[in-house]
Amino acid sequence: MTDISSGTERLLDVQGVVKRFGGFTALNGVDLHVDKGERLGLIGPNGSGKTTMINCISGALANDDGKIVFKGVTMDGKKPNERTQLGIARSFQIPKPFGTMTVLENLAIPLEYVSRTPPRQVREKAMDILETIGLAERADQNSGSLTQIDMRRLELARAMAASPDLLISDEAMAGLSSNEVDDILDILFKLNERGITIIMIEHIMRAVMRFSERIAVLDAGQKIADGTPDEVVNNPEVERAYLGE
Amino acid sequence: MFSFDLLANALVAGVLLGGFYAAVSLGLTVAFGQLDIVNIAHPAFVILGSYIAYMCNSLWGFDPILVGLLATPVFYFIGVGVYRIYYESFERKGDEALRGLAFFFGVMFIIEVGLIIAYGVDFRSVQAPYIGQNWEIGTIGIPTRMFVPFCVSIIMFLAVYLYMSRTFNGRAIMAVAQDRLALQLMGADPVKIKQLGFGIGIGTTALAGALLIIIIPVEPSVGRLYIGQVFAIAVLAGLGSIPGTLIAAIILGIAESLVSTFYGPSWAPAVAFGILLLALAFRPQGLFGR
Amino acid sequence: MKLNSFWLWAVLIAAAGAALTIFDVIVINKFIYFASYVVLQYVILATAWNIMGGYMGYVNFGSAGFFAVGAYSSVVLYKLIQAPLLVMIPVSGIVCALLGLGMGYLTLRLRGVFFAIATLAMAIVLETLITNWEYVGGASGAYVLRPRTIEPFGDYIEFLFFVMLILAIFAVAVARWVERSKIGRGFSAIRDDELAAECTGVPTLKLKLLATTISGFLMGIAGAPFAMYVGFVEPASAFNLVYAVNSIAMPMIGGATTWLGPLVGALLLGTVQQVATVTISSELNLLIVGVLLVFFVIAAPDGIVGLVRKWRGGGK
Repeated sequence: MTDISSGTERLLDVQGVVKRFGGFTALNGVDLHVDKGERLGLIGPNGSGKTTMINCISGALANDDGKIVFKGVTMDGKKPNERTQLGIARSFQIPKPFGTMTVLENLAIPLEYVSRTPPRQVREKAMDILETIGLAERADQNSGSLTQIDMRRLELARAMAASPDLLISDEAMAGLSSNEVDDILDILFKLNERGITIIMIEHIMRAVMRFSERIAVLDAGQKIADGTPDEVVNNPEVERAYLGE
Repeated sequence: MFSFDLLANALVAGVLLGGFYAAVSLGLTVAFGQLDIVNIAHPAFVILGSYIAYMCNSLWGFDPILVGLLATPVFYFIGVGVYRIYYESFERKGDEALRGLAFFFGVMFIIEVGLIIAYGVDFRSVQAPYIGQNWEIGTIGIPTRMFVPFCVSIIMFLAVYLYMSRTFNGRAIMAVAQDRLALQLMGADPVKIKQLGFGIGIGTTALAGALLIIIIPVEPSVGRLYIGQVFAIAVLAGLGSIPGTLIAAIILGIAESLVSTFYGPSWAPAVAFGILLLALAFRPQGLFGR
Repeated sequence: MKLNSFWLWAVLIAAAGAALTIFDVIVINKFIYFASYVVLQYVILATAWNIMGGYMGYVNFGSAGFFAVGAYSSVVLYKLIQAPLLVMIPVSGIVCALLGLGMGYLTLRLRGVFFAIATLAMAIVLETLITNWEYVGGASGAYVLRPRTIEPFGDYIEFLFFVMLILAIFAVAVARWVERSKIGRGFSAIRDDELAAECTGVPTLKLKLLATTISGFLMGIAGAPFAMYVGFVEPASAFNLVYAVNSIAMPMIGGATTWLGPLVGALLLGTVQQVATVTISSELNLLIVGVLLVFFVIAAPDGIVGLVRKWRGGGK
């Protein structure tokens, strides 16, 4: 791995991560890396360990073995909020809005706690993000009453408000219509253009293929492929994992 | 003063007490451990059961255990009703954490104060032929007022255990908290299943209450003390494990009996709550949890 | 303008309290002071409970334990050095703040319900400890001799009433400040979704410990003057379930999401209880509290404040 000569910078380096739940091994020594500015797709059948992986990266779960290095700093023992402070933000597969707050107030939490925005500038900054994401008209609506697509938008907007270097989008498109999928894809492209590295976990292959520069495939807790979209699609092992034998 | 006679007596009393505690905690193991409903009013229902046994016993001379058995279906339906309210008002809205807890706290309080208004704060007890005798085996005394409830407790415990492990509905109750999806695939309605489970949980308190008042005189506010015992047992058992409940109950019974023999009964209430606090702080997954 | 009206009210009320007690502008039946003291004590307890319960969604069933530790800290100070009330209050507050911190540290890494159960357990463990502690009188209780009069208030009860009034204003001001600060918004985030809060940069454990500490402190200062008020403290009265019930019921009935809720709930329910204990039995009066609590959590989840807001909003 010659990062320096190729001119790219390693942002996240997952080394041999193991996570067990009782007797069940959800991740069995997985390596994964993301370079700065990259768009990585993370795919795999249900139960392959994708969500466990991002829970380990974001700190919601502690890995039993292996190491997660972000921007050269080891993440072991760091709480999720500390990782967010360092620049890892995530959205949730099942949206978790702060349901008693308005959309704008939802964004105020990371703005105040991570970006240390002074209270007077919170509204302005939040509106900026909401414009980008296309949620500006809903700013003062209660977040518990949003539609599905707007909830997904809010998830991304709130993650953005933490001004992350790495954004992990966990199935932000599941259950959305084809047009809505394109909307979310546009948002993700836009964020990436601003220099944010993105890991996208997704089941919708059309979206993953269009979005990703590189795709990693998990199956039964192991990484079975890692390469360009074309390489991955033509990999016989990937085919086996998806179609079964 | 330490002596082996005292120790042996304390151990036997502890096991008898523990068997009874298992009966008292059983309903909570189901409600809290398996259905994820934090029913802190559970001990209050036990005391309600005690008072029903007391009322029928003092008015008509009915046997308290018989009354407990007869009251079980009534309590079952009370449980179903309480769960309906709980479900409609809190669980469905995802609001069980704050308001659901406050709700059960209110229910507990209403039962306690209601009993005080009806019967006052005096201790009440029941009459039955098997109360007041004492069998002597060597130097160990076995009071029948402990032994009979112990046997009934174990029978009730086994009955519920068999129901939970051998019947379709019982297994569904065991599964409802862990795997809602599997349950739906089995064609069972999670809400109906929880309603059944909660009803059974409250149903057991009728008999547990009758047993309680056989063992010891009861007044309305003792219910609160039992919150410590039942939750200590439920947590120690590893939430939801029925065999674990029996073991944890007997451990607690022995611990209490030893403390009360060697340090004095005024320390006994702290045993359960102390164990509970320690368990919560250091081993919340229970003794037998993973 | 609106920002300052809270402080304007606070100063006005404090001044009115001073006028009543120091200058005796109106001569009032002494019973009013005794009764108002209790109502104010509930204002503090309800407000303190609400910082944990209402703002953050963590239910504390052990308010009576905190209250009693506050009261017994005063008993110890009295026995040791005959400390005056104004020393007792901060010391009791600090003791209870530490108690809250310790208890939070032991249990707050767990799910919320475990915290609730642990608070219940803690209250009973503390009661057992104090019942077995001979120095403070054990089960039979301890006498605290309160001075008959104190200058410039005259009768000591007038002084106690005034102190409680100031403490209540302090507690409400603290709650209001918390609610409007970044800390308060962090609390709400924890209440709405703890994992999401953590992942948006909220240091949840630190904030939870802060909440138990603030809440413990306020409950401690509510209990501190109790010894002087009753003159005789026993475990059964200091650990009375009534405190635990009222500190939950008052915010839930008043409205748990704003500082105004516990204030309204405590003033309303507290006054009704004081009137009711004179006219009907105290048990019946407690039963009413229980029924109201259950009724409100089912039918009006946002309490009286929520109902009023909804009604006003509908009128617009």
